[in-house]
Amino acid sequence: MPTLEETLTQLLNLAAAHFQVSATDLNPDDDFFRKLKINSLQALDLLTKLETHFNVELPDYELQGVTDFRTLAERIQSRL
Amino acid sequence: MKPTAPDLSSHASLGDALSAALEQWHDRVVLIEADRDRENCRLTYADFKRAALPIAVALQSSAFAAGDRAAIVMSNQSKWLISAYAVFYSGGVLVPIDFKLTAAEHLALLAHAEVKVLIIEYPLWRSTTQSPEFRNFTVAQVLVTEAPKSADLGRARRWEQCTDATKPAFVPRQRDDVACIVYSSGTAGRPKGCMLTHDNYLKQCQSLMTWYPFWPAVQYLSILPTNHAIDFMVGFIGPFVCGATVVHLRTLRPEYLKDAFPRFKITYASVVPMVLKAIEAGLRAKFSELPPFRRWVLHRLIAVNRFLTRSQPRPAVSRMLLPQIHQAFGGQLLALITGGAFAEPTTLQFFYDLGIPVANGYGLTEAGTAVTVNDLKPFRADTVGKPLPGVELRILDPNVDGIGQVAVRSRTVMKGYLNDPSLTAEVLADGWLLTGDLGRLDSTGHLQLFGRLKNMIVTEGGKNIYPEDIECAFAGLAVKEYCVFAANYVWKQQTLFGEQLMLVLRLNPGSEMTSALLQDLRSRNRSLANFKRLSGYVLWDADFPRTASLKIKRDVLAEQIAARLDRNVALREL
Repeated sequence: MPTLEETLTQLLNLAAAHFQVSATDLNPDDDFFRKLKINSLQALDLLTKLETHFNVELPDYELQGVTDFRTLAERIQSRL
Repeated sequence: MKPTAPDLSSHASLGDALSAALEQWHDRVVLIEADRDRENCRLTYADFKRAALPIAVALQSSAFAAGDRAAIVMSNQSKWLISAYAVFYSGGVLVPIDFKLTAAEHLALLAHAEVKVLIIEYPLWRSTTQSPEFRNFTVAQVLVTEAPKSADLGRARRWEQCTDATKPAFVPRQRDDVACIVYSSGTAGRPKGCMLTHDNYLKQCQSLMTWYPFWPAVQYLSILPTNHAIDFMVGFIGPFVCGATVVHLRTLRPEYLKDAFPRFKITYASVVPMVLKAIEAGLRAKFSELPPFRRWVLHRLIAVNRFLTRSQPRPAVSRMLLPQIHQAFGGQLLALITGGAFAEPTTLQFFYDLGIPVANGYGLTEAGTAVTVNDLKPFRADTVGKPLPGVELRILDPNVDGIGQVAVRSRTVMKGYLNDPSLTAEVLADGWLLTGDLGRLDSTGHLQLFGRLKNMIVTEGGKNIYPEDIECAFAGLAVKEYCVFAANYVWKQQTLFGEQLMLVLRLNPGSEMTSALLQDLRSRNRSLANFKRLSGYVLWDADFPRTASLKIKRDVLAEQIAARLDRNVALREL
């Protein structure tokens, strides 16, 4: 099982690839809604990509109250 | 069965009307709950009643009496409706709360409404109990849905374990009694709990169903949570009294949403403009991938459809001309219903030209669900439709272009704000509701909207946000004073697009904007629910005008800022 830091790095890379930005521009504590200029539907789309990559099911409510990459990585990690 | 509007005149309350529907449609399917590609449950009207009555027993076992309040904090799912019916059956007042608010906001509203019972989903209950504000929690009974077996719920009870089959007493209510308290704002500021009566809802249902009839073969797709006024009416009360079926989809993932239309042969679905635009973007992308000749043919067929439906929708014609598009939506779709926020005319026209009318409208919590709706006779993308039957509209103090404040008189208008007669008096005058929105009625009776008089915004997701509600997130900021505004309230725009919130800062004398202060602003901004965040800030170099009691004179400050600062220069990104 990957460590939290590894999960976070993979998450940042996946988000960067999905929304076509440079991974070096994304930081763990960034607000992904603002940084990526995405709405809640696009964030759900990212969740689907993460599910496929990490092979876990992430219910929509896992995004409830989450806005930064680090917390999202923690939610993923808890389901690995 | 030929669709007709339901006759609700004999019913005294929502509990009464729903009970009659459960008897009348007994063996028909009322609810299907799907999560992704799984089907969680499928209930007939009789099953629904069997599921709801034990919840009513649980409520009544805790001395829940007529007029007592029960709150529901849940996402979009069947237990919301089952619980709501149990509340109405028991004579209670329902307090539907937006599950997307923060735990602290949930607790603030529960306290303001003085609820006796809380019905809540487990993940939300977990966050609520972990909130520092939970120490002041005084709700007498809590029912938690879908809690894991291992979860320690404390004194809360598992919803699924409410199985007492004793028949509870039906507690009758009258038309003028309050049915729901719906918060239009005020999670941290001055709470605006709109008291809506049984008569408000029954009248609204009758009007809406006259223009957009439901009947037993209708399959309504519910993706909005039922605390949303539109879904409460067209995804609960309306379909129930007409014997229709409600399909709950517990995810908004585009791929499952797309599949749900053909899978359940959907007739109507309610969507917020954000979802509508996402569907539009998906379709446009598909069209652009077509080979040039097929794309050319498609656009010609769309043009033919536009011509043939110019006076009214003709579903059979549209389905014949554009079969692949209609099959993708299940082949039965009559209309998408949207509201709660402003939908762009180009988007509305895009769907109409495909033969999928969007029933857009205008409403506000204080006036029930909807005030105007597009009647599609003919479709007008540039308006928010005509007043529903029984609704009177007036434009107050119109300017030379006929634009003024929209006022509403209707049996759907609320009784007032909970525990706030002075706020009620500000918006209800001589039987008219002052909406704070600017509009114009054209010669055909259609309403067009042109912005707001009030300091607030509505997001594309249909959320009302009042700046005063979010100011407390900036308490203790190292500045002399600050104030939150809707940018369009300061710099008046004749549009409802691009609404954003901004913070006006008066720095301490002799100080400048520092990176530490900016960091603090950003950090506090992130503590707000995502949809409530500020877009920018403005630096202001004079003391704020204040009343004798030291309240900020917001209207005066807004005028001063607009007179001296250029929006494009002064408004900086946060």
